Amino acid sequence: MAAPPTLGKDLIGLETLSADQIRLILDTAGPFKEVSERPIKKVPALRGKTIVNLFFEASTRTRISFEFAEKRLSADTVNVATSVSSLSKGETLVDTARNLEAMHIDMVVIRHHASGSAEFLGNRIRSNVVNAGDGQHEHPTQGLLDLMTLREKFGRIEGLKVAICGDFLHSRVARSNLWGLQKLGAEVGVCGPATLLPRGIEQLGVTVLPRIEDAIQWADALNILRLQLERMTAGFIPSLREYNRVWGVSRERLAKAPKDLVIMHPGPMNRGVEIDSDVADGEHSVILQQVTNGVAVRMAVLYLLAGGAPDWQHAGGAE
Amino acid sequence: MPTRSALLDERAIGRALNRMASEIVEKCHGTEDLLLVGIQRRGVHLAERLASLIGQWEQATIPCGKLDITLYRDDLQAVGPRPMVGETSLPGELDGKTVVIVDDVLYTGRTVRAALDEFADFGRPRRVLLCVLVDRGGRELPIQPDITGMRVGTSAGDRVDVMVSELDGRDAVELVRGA
Repeated sequence: MAAPPTLGKDLIGLETLSADQIRLILDTAGPFKEVSERPIKKVPALRGKTIVNLFFEASTRTRISFEFAEKRLSADTVNVATSVSSLSKGETLVDTARNLEAMHIDMVVIRHHASGSAEFLGNRIRSNVVNAGDGQHEHPTQGLLDLMTLREKFGRIEGLKVAICGDFLHSRVARSNLWGLQKLGAEVGVCGPATLLPRGIEQLGVTVLPRIEDAIQWADALNILRLQLERMTAGFIPSLREYNRVWGVSRERLAKAPKDLVIMHPGPMNRGVEIDSDVADGEHSVILQQVTNGVAVRMAVLYLLAGGAPDWQHAGGAE
Repeated sequence: MPTRSALLDERAIGRALNRMASEIVEKCHGTEDLLLVGIQRRGVHLAERLASLIGQWEQATIPCGKLDITLYRDDLQAVGPRPMVGETSLPGELDGKTVVIVDDVLYTGRTVRAALDEFADFGRPRRVLLCVLVDRGGRELPIQPDITGMRVGTSAGDRVDVMVSELDGRDAVELVRGA
């Protein structure tokens, strides 16, 4: 029997993981889901490990989800928010992380507005680094929890048709989903206004679905992205009202689907923009299951990384 | 060169399980509040078989759970790839129950130590008993079985392989010397 795969030192993105590594995380996340349902929601697996949550961007769901995952594994956690730390005094990312390392931490969970920042940090410190979202690059744990939710719902990923709808351009969630789904053998469709799709996207082996009605006809599941108004500097769409009228997923549109579609959304939702309330709260929505699975997937990632043999060659070196 | 010898065949395992099942009922004074918990992976199947034997004799349904102790191991901090985590599912509350831990082989006692710690996070059983198919000696902790299928003296280089038909296609216990 071949040795089971390991994750290595850091989790940066799904693009660089193998299908076996992704399956390892999903298979490990299953048992961890049960831990959150116990009367005492805690196991001693990461007892004595110190984890720093370094968030350079506002986040509620992801930060809390990581924090629950860490605490349920018995790790000690510290949250660093940029607005109240030395980062606002001009300290560099690497200096901040090295200072934290000097206090003997074991892992850093980082969210940063710059694409590539997680990998940059991972290559410069000895601690494990988990990417909790870097710019427009990847949000691997979101991609993993989406895969876990789909696998629970359908029993498989292979052969599924998943349409990623909306603001692909600004979305790291979309990229992590794309890599993860393709590696596990799903067909990926993308659907959104041309201004919000990256140029040349068809070269990534995806089906481009020109209208939301086409996505609804084609897909088994819709992953509806949030319109990232905060990242939009130029006029990508005429107005929110028009976006909803042309691209919004509504009950009326879903009624024309040949089958019941599973509805996913990474949150936070703009209700009445990319998704209507009766769809978000409807019987085929798995949006809250996604949140539940998020804790399990993050527990699995932390557990697996804490045991991975560190790649000393690429860590801790000077720039 | 490792040598492999049979300790129990299918019929011998059947006889041992019969005796263990009746000892469980005897030591627990019946089946009231009785709960069998198998340790992943082969203990789970042995627990299910014992529960079904007791159920037939006593005309009762004996609840049966599974426990994966990986996250409670005392060697998890050692560097190395993480062991796979299996399913844990316990039927209902542990409070006030008589819990019988079922495992295939008892060796250092560290697995049982981890299981006892894990139970403490689920509730407070009235009593916990330990039932193993093979006790191979070599304890590193003060833990002893209450019910044993067979005892065999082994040394550190040996391995005891328990096979169950559910996972391995056959029932057998084999001793591998100098593995």
